[in-house]
Amino acid sequence: MEVLDPVFLSRLQFAFVVSFHAIFPAFTIGLAAYIAFLEAKWYRNDDPIYRQLSEFWTRIFAVVFGMGVVSGIVMSFQFGTNWSEFSFAAANFIGPIISYEVLTAFFMEAVFLGVLLFGRDRVPRGTHLFAACMVAIGTFISSFWILSANSWMHTPAGFELRDGIFYVTSWIEAIFNPSLWYRFAHVAVASLLTGAFVVAGVSAYYLLRKREEEANRRALSMALWMILFTAPAQAFVGDLHGLNTFEQQPIKVAAMEGNWETREGAPFYLFAWPDSEAEENRFSVGIPNAASFILTHDWHGEVPGLKEVSADERPPVGVVFWSFRVMLAIGVIMIAIAVWSLWLRIRGRLFVSRGLQRVLQWMIPAPFIAVLAGWFVTETGRYPWLVYQHMTLAEGVTPSLTGGMVLATLIGYVAVYAIIFSAGIYYLSRIVVKGPESVDKYASTEVAPSRPMSLVNIPFEENEQR
Amino acid sequence: MELIDITLIWVGLVGLAVIMYVVLDGFDLGVGILYPLLPNEQARDHMMRSVAPVWDGNETWLVLGGAGLLAAFPAIYSIFLPALYIGVFLMLAGLIFRGVAFEFRFKSQRYRHWWNIAFAGGSTVAAAAQGFVVGAYVQGFEVEGFTYVGGAFDWFTPFTLFTALSLVIGYALLGATWGIMKTEGETQKWLYGATPWILGATAVCLFVVSIWTPLTQPTVMERWLEEWQRLWVMPFIGLVSTVLVMWGVVKRSDFMPFFSAIGLFLSAYAGILASKLPYAVPPQITFREAASAPESQLFLLLGILFMLPIVLGYTAWTYWVFRGKVQHSGGYH
Repeated sequence: MEVLDPVFLSRLQFAFVVSFHAIFPAFTIGLAAYIAFLEAKWYRNDDPIYRQLSEFWTRIFAVVFGMGVVSGIVMSFQFGTNWSEFSFAAANFIGPIISYEVLTAFFMEAVFLGVLLFGRDRVPRGTHLFAACMVAIGTFISSFWILSANSWMHTPAGFELRDGIFYVTSWIEAIFNPSLWYRFAHVAVASLLTGAFVVAGVSAYYLLRKREEEANRRALSMALWMILFTAPAQAFVGDLHGLNTFEQQPIKVAAMEGNWETREGAPFYLFAWPDSEAEENRFSVGIPNAASFILTHDWHGEVPGLKEVSADERPPVGVVFWSFRVMLAIGVIMIAIAVWSLWLRIRGRLFVSRGLQRVLQWMIPAPFIAVLAGWFVTETGRYPWLVYQHMTLAEGVTPSLTGGMVLATLIGYVAVYAIIFSAGIYYLSRIVVKGPESVDKYASTEVAPSRPMSLVNIPFEENEQR
Repeated sequence: MELIDITLIWVGLVGLAVIMYVVLDGFDLGVGILYPLLPNEQARDHMMRSVAPVWDGNETWLVLGGAGLLAAFPAIYSIFLPALYIGVFLMLAGLIFRGVAFEFRFKSQRYRHWWNIAFAGGSTVAAAAQGFVVGAYVQGFEVEGFTYVGGAFDWFTPFTLFTALSLVIGYALLGATWGIMKTEGETQKWLYGATPWILGATAVCLFVVSIWTPLTQPTVMERWLEEWQRLWVMPFIGLVSTVLVMWGVVKRSDFMPFFSAIGLFLSAYAGILASKLPYAVPPQITFREAASAPESQLFLLLGILFMLPIVLGYTAWTYWVFRGKVQHSGGYH
């Protein structure tokens, strides 16, 4: 492949920008729900610990949300700059959907985020709780619209093609396309899991250091309940999503399984080294008949292999195969932790076990890796299609682009994001190190009117007091 | 002829989103542009605090404008963005640095200097990039069918360089007059002193652009000569607005300079549109040709009719909540 190929570089650039952006909403959706829950508990029980936890986690939320917004603006322009032919052809559907996201979600989040961050002493408690719920609902509405657009590109429906332009014939069919609900459920549960694992990990970090133990025990307990329900649920939802993909995009599933030949009783490979040149796996270790059973619920069911389509219509097998296994492995570890925590809870040792706390502390990056791996599976698995079976990536790319232009801006985005990300991570770690102790349980929360991160009054540097 | 001309409604809606963005983000970008010139750190504090509660809401109009363009006039979206590829990147990078500077500057002592640079530099780069967009629009695009076929730097000409400079200075005027309205004491005094200079520079820029455009574009020249009986209103409003800004400064009025500066922007915006309409992508594609399918325009229009009043209501409400002068004490500290 040519190094300065605009299609390849545009894919790389889009993958980089999306991956960078995706980790923020994956976290804020779950965290917004958690904050709304804490606010509801505080509203009902009047227990200041819930309020303390809510205020602490709202600080983290504010910073992460701010970074998500900034990187999101870039996303909305990427369609036009690098994929102008796709934008032009699919505008009749994609345009209104993204506009609806702006109108129904972005503005709603903005309205109520202001009240959530700065309105505690200015609005009645019920209104404040309402604002927290609205922010949480807003994040879900936002992901609904963007996943509708994304799902449509995987399983396009409700349209007809005339002169290379997509015309919507049924909005219902197009918006609620065949893979939308599976994708939405999978992403929503992933977000809840991400939020829960971060809360659990940070709470465990404090418990290991014996800081604010009462509040953090409660936070840890809540997060582990959430993990107990969502980790197994994710396995179930993921299986349904996989079956849907098997039905809609069988070649993607063949790549996920590393399955070259169409065959009955296909094994599930735990390990394999897919070789696209030779069209076979090297060093494979598999469970006999397991893939057939998972996909067809029959030990001898027939599953199509990659050789069903010509070599240029196959996704990069290695990337899809290994991303899928990374996601699965993290999912299995998450379920194991859920079971372990239940067992400790039953024995009354949930807060005593240093082992669990240490593991949870180290698990903080895991959900993010799983989310990214999942995106890699689904997005690279679509290759070479941009709109599945209707438009290829090469057809969708901006014709006037040169490799040099894409490379220059790619390096630019990497540099900009590297600076912003380090500043953000550094600042977040400062908030975590300061901890919930820095939230006065009974103090007035009167702060300056500004949004979104400015609620956080912690100085940027270590040696600074005010 | 249909009963309701949806495409025409969409021209109005996208036009509204763009002018909302230009005026709203214009003054907060302008604050960033003025930043290095401000007399002291305290004035910088006041100016940044005056826009901190509203800037991200302002920027949402940019996203709405972009998404609305994609939905209603995909040809514009898919020709402008590739044609302005490098410029769009610079604008986004500028907006990112400036956006995070809002959040980090107040919490930083040791690095405050860097966040100041990020804020001022980001704002100026973003404003200049938008000025290049305006110039490129006036200048026209090399198009085959609905695809941009020109080079990566076609947008970079002496003319667009001048429109970029003009918009940076124009935004600075909006920022300065906004500051007059929102601050008091030393900061306001400094702004009263600076505004006439910025106003003078803006007026010169607008005058030069007004002469330069018809000279390079025969079609624009014809348009203005033929329709002068109707079009004279726009330069007239521009002239009156300029006088009113100056008068507001002399009278030490809090509000008049800012709202007159908005009038100046409206007249310039209307003037540019009047020179180019009905062309959406000059010099070939009209806005009717650029339009998306009628059913798509209608589908989104229903949502807009329902949601836009709510959005406008919210915007007005935030400005009401944060009305009045910026407080001297408190704030972020």
